[in-house]
Amino acid sequence: MRTDRGRGRRGWLAAALLSVAVAATHGAWAAEEAGGSPEAAANPEVPARFGADWQSWHAANDVSDIPSVQRGARNFVSYCLGCHSLKYERWSRLGEDLGVPPRLLQQDLLPPGDKPAQYILTSMPAADAEAWFGKTPPDLTLMARARGQDYLYQFLKTFYVDPARQTGANNLRLPTTAMPHVLSELEGLKRAVYKEANSGAEGGQAIHQQVFDHFEQIAPGRLSAAEYDGFVRDTVNFLDYVSEPTQTARRALGVWVVLFLLVFTWLAWLVKREYWKDVH
Amino acid sequence: MSVKTATGAPARLPGSAAPQKGLWAWLNKRLPVDEFITSQLTGYYAPKNFNIWYFFGSLALFVLVMQLVTGIFLTMFYQPGELTSFDSVEYIMREVDFGWLIRYLHSTGASAFFIVVYLHMFRAFLYGSYRAPRELLWLIGMLVYLALMAEAFMGYVLPWGNMSFWGAQVIVNLFGTIPGIGTPLVEWIRGDYGIADATLDRFFALHVVALPLALLLLVMLHLVALHQSGSNNPDGIEIKEKVGPDGKPLDGIPFHPYYTVKDVVGVGVFLVLFALVVFFKPTLGGLFLEAPNFEPANPMSTPEHIAPVWYFTPYYAILRAVPDQRMGALLMLLAVVSFLFLPWLDRSPVKSMRYRGWISRTALALFAVSFVALGYLGLQPAEGLYVVLARIFAAIYFAFFLLMPFYSRVDAVKPVPDRVTYRAH
Repeated sequence: MRTDRGRGRRGWLAAALLSVAVAATHGAWAAEEAGGSPEAAANPEVPARFGADWQSWHAANDVSDIPSVQRGARNFVSYCLGCHSLKYERWSRLGEDLGVPPRLLQQDLLPPGDKPAQYILTSMPAADAEAWFGKTPPDLTLMARARGQDYLYQFLKTFYVDPARQTGANNLRLPTTAMPHVLSELEGLKRAVYKEANSGAEGGQAIHQQVFDHFEQIAPGRLSAAEYDGFVRDTVNFLDYVSEPTQTARRALGVWVVLFLLVFTWLAWLVKREYWKDVH
Repeated sequence: MSVKTATGAPARLPGSAAPQKGLWAWLNKRLPVDEFITSQLTGYYAPKNFNIWYFFGSLALFVLVMQLVTGIFLTMFYQPGELTSFDSVEYIMREVDFGWLIRYLHSTGASAFFIVVYLHMFRAFLYGSYRAPRELLWLIGMLVYLALMAEAFMGYVLPWGNMSFWGAQVIVNLFGTIPGIGTPLVEWIRGDYGIADATLDRFFALHVVALPLALLLLVMLHLVALHQSGSNNPDGIEIKEKVGPDGKPLDGIPFHPYYTVKDVVGVGVFLVLFALVVFFKPTLGGLFLEAPNFEPANPMSTPEHIAPVWYFTPYYAILRAVPDQRMGALLMLLAVVSFLFLPWLDRSPVKSMRYRGWISRTALALFAVSFVALGYLGLQPAEGLYVVLARIFAAIYFAFFLLMPFYSRVDAVKPVPDRVTYRAH
């Protein structure tokens, strides 16, 4: 098994500490190469009844925006890698595709002891994960293709405080998720505000039930609402890239292939027209 | 022209005599290459009035070759097996040079194959190409279609995604509805008590060896039968009945070079559209590659809606429109088999829709609409209005075949011209 590489709990702790360290240095290279993060354009204003329209939220991410994907990679290593793997992606591939120089890749992203040719694997043993969370955190390599970018975006933005849950958090996109709100230090805490809704009548008896209405911020995080939105968008953008690392190359090649085929078809049509002049 | 060779192919005319020396002569003395080209290409006369509907036969052949070539390359890297299938497909997508391209060509090719085959079949409906003397040509074509369905289904299981698994579960279980032998039959097909490693391995063998061989053989027979009776055309006239003094059909032109150069244009247009999908929308919004198939097969987790790929959904909608599963499976089978009887159900005195009356035209239009609508409904959850609509369209679907002997006979027809309609460009 790939995840069981004898690193053990101590290794996991080291990885967690590294995550925090990386989070603290906060993208030395990413910020350099990106020319600042969009988080700078923070809008402190939170819309009224925030979250009321969460089902129509779109990630609207752009995989060709390399600085954003870089920031997403940083976010992933800082906050996700503690539990989730990208078992089909190699560190070196990530470095090449995202333009991260090998020295910085080794220094800022790679867990201690990992080599660039290795796959991006969490050091948390699967058996421990199952004991702690009730299920092994899923591999995230293909999650953006399996569930869609909007799903991931909505998932990361609709955590709310729920004392009934073991983790203290619940989620609108994936109710009763086993995942704790690991980004709460950034987003802060929000609670769900419900409203009474008439969900139709059954047997002459009107049924009233509580349905979600909107979120209410109850504790601030380190990021403003707009900064957190940028953080989530970058992370989703990275997961989109990882789900199909060839997609940018695919589109770039496609333009030339289609242009060639158009010329080819035009020439073929000229030949056809010439031959068919004989047919009366 | 009465001079024939021993095999019945027209002999070379004086003046165009084959060279008696050299490599070409040496070869032809031992292998009838020249005779084959003369009888099947340059001396094979096809009606000159083919329209756009006549591109899809050559396109189907083109896609078949493309599937075989890309399939060979995929086989070099794919590893069948419960523990290896999904990973090896991702390995192809990420680590094999241009593996993503080969895989997308193959997965898009599967859908493209069905698109061109359905249009090819619709052409036969339009111009009565299944009518005498081409009944056997039609039947062989239908066998190609059945083999293609088996080929596509088994290929769909190979990536071992979650929809592969559950789709296989649903389709294979249909055999369980056969009274008496159902359960043992399903176990025999699967090689296990569930869709498992054994199933995957045998589907791989069938997908890469048995069914491609069957397809190639059937396609060859299809072409031999086509060249025996000659192509039909949009007017539904037999061009062989009007021959000139040289014995050649007056309305025919040699397949090569006229239709070879024309079909290359068709391939070009097809490839432009095909490349747009492969390079810019390879999943086509979940229609060609479904989102749940990017998660590995998981017997513990059922996808929200189990639906086959789009090219099977018309039949799937019919299956689900019937409350009783056994009856549903029977109707589904009947929906596919109905096509086989077409040459004998159609009693119209004319072949082409061009010279038929409004009843036949309306019937065909309703059938086409039902087929597409059922395809759409098969992708939706089987509930509420969707089921009601599926029942209505399924009724129209079967009425098209069942009532054909009556409406095709009473429908008014227009006089069929002596010669084909052709406007020189």
